[in-house]
Amino acid sequence: MSLFTAIKKEWLEQRRTKKLLVSVIVLTLFGMTSPLLAKIMPQIIALVPGGAALTALIPTPTLQDGVAQYIKNISQFGILLALLFSMGAVAAEKEKGTLALVLSKPMPRFTFLLAKFCALALTFTCGLALAAAAGYYYSVVLFGEVPLLPWLTLNGLILFYLLIYVAITLFFSTITRTQYVAAGGAFAVLIVLEILGSLPGLAKYLPAAMIQNPVLLMNGQTAADWQCLWVGAALLILSLLGAGLIFRHQEL
Amino acid sequence: MNAIQLTGLQKTYGQVKALDGLDLEVPAGSVFGFLGPNGAGKTTTLRILAGLAAANSGSVEINGKIVKAFSANNEIGYLPEEPAFYPWMTPQETLNYYAGIFGLTAKDSRARTSALLEQVGLKDAAKRRVGGFSRGMRQRLGLAQALINRPLILLLDEPVSALDPMGRKEVLELIESLSKECTILMSTHILADAERVCDTLAILDHGRRLLQSDLKTLMAHYATPQLDLEFANDQVENLEKVAEHIRHIASVSTVKVEGRVLRLTVTNIKMAQADVMKAMLAQSWRFERLDVVKPSLEEIFVRLVGEEGRAQ
Repeated sequence: MSLFTAIKKEWLEQRRTKKLLVSVIVLTLFGMTSPLLAKIMPQIIALVPGGAALTALIPTPTLQDGVAQYIKNISQFGILLALLFSMGAVAAEKEKGTLALVLSKPMPRFTFLLAKFCALALTFTCGLALAAAAGYYYSVVLFGEVPLLPWLTLNGLILFYLLIYVAITLFFSTITRTQYVAAGGAFAVLIVLEILGSLPGLAKYLPAAMIQNPVLLMNGQTAADWQCLWVGAALLILSLLGAGLIFRHQEL
Repeated sequence: MNAIQLTGLQKTYGQVKALDGLDLEVPAGSVFGFLGPNGAGKTTTLRILAGLAAANSGSVEINGKIVKAFSANNEIGYLPEEPAFYPWMTPQETLNYYAGIFGLTAKDSRARTSALLEQVGLKDAAKRRVGGFSRGMRQRLGLAQALINRPLILLLDEPVSALDPMGRKEVLELIESLSKECTILMSTHILADAERVCDTLAILDHGRRLLQSDLKTLMAHYATPQLDLEFANDQVENLEKVAEHIRHIASVSTVKVEGRVLRLTVTNIKMAQADVMKAMLAQSWRFERLDVVKPSLEEIFVRLVGEEGRAQ
């Protein structure tokens, strides 16, 4: 009952504070424009002074280029939105004092956190669903046939990838009182994971690898390995559990 | 039976002792005034009771049951000093949300919300966003949310400090009416309000209880027999002469000049009234009034907290 009540409130918040709208607009926009940008890249370069000479060197854009552009844009801006939307989820409520009224009532603290995560997950699901639909449509129009299942797998994994950062930011939002510190903490984790990803042999275990595998699938190849999925799931669960454990005995 | 019993409650924030072995018994059905200067530990105590903070040591009992730290209680309603709400919600949505947390059905929640908004005077603003509310309106909504679960114990932290005189009057009347339904523990700086609505009082300072008593006993215990002798403006020049004369009356202990008024501490009110009258008539001195002074809670508070301050 509490979880349903809490999710209902959080979902209303996603809509009223326009987070849902922003997520839908930003992600759909990049979903739409990514294949387009990949397709017209040679023409754009040709417009740059001296760029005409380069166009001869650029191979004709393919579906793979469109997908690469899509992954890059959606994951980058998705992470940015994940950090921005989640950084104040708990910290801002502590700062403003709204949390005191909720938690002085029999609302289990972990339920409160879980509801935050679920509502944010729903927001990103909606945004990404539209982005995926727009991206698919434009890719088909511009590049011809697009294998549907790998495309859906790719988007599912991007969603999962973004939710890992939602969970990490929620963790920092829970342990701190300031939302900027929460964003800073999550950003630091992102940087550390990026650095670790550049170490040989380690990249395949990190969450970023999970969105590269569907690219192989789209190219008709077999995915290298999926250990990164387990690492990602562990990061997500540990972030939520850690936040819950700390939050349980936190003074407000 | 006590609705709330605190025993040896200790709470520190770094080097600061917010509560220093606080003992408190709040009788069931009372309107309990929780008084003390800033930093006395009133808000900390209420936050511990509301499950928002944990004591370092000591025990908290609510309705005879020991309460664990950070556990919110179904029987409690809590209004913080500055209640904060989601600005994008309407009061109706806000109360429905809190009702949902207490497990009220949608039908019950709607009925309760509507009744409470009417009770706190926010019915007309029921569909406006809380973000545009004045502090007074937020305070009223705060009171409504504290009542959503029909609590057996209502914790109010400075409930009327943000309200205008009319709002204060209405909320105090509401608190008075609620005293029939639940035990109320109310912290306040406004001693006149405590005197008006509370039947039992505790005075805190430096995290310790200085005193706990019912209001009548407290007033009777600390009442110092006093008289006020007031003069008209054209008689002020004689004031020092009159004061000197009155000081020699046996039933008068001390005389203090306060503007146009002589404040007399006396050993026996009736005897002193008669003696002062006689002296004034004998000297043909005119005065405007001679009244018995009722001690105020403020005087008792200042005296107690002052004594404690000197003892520190």
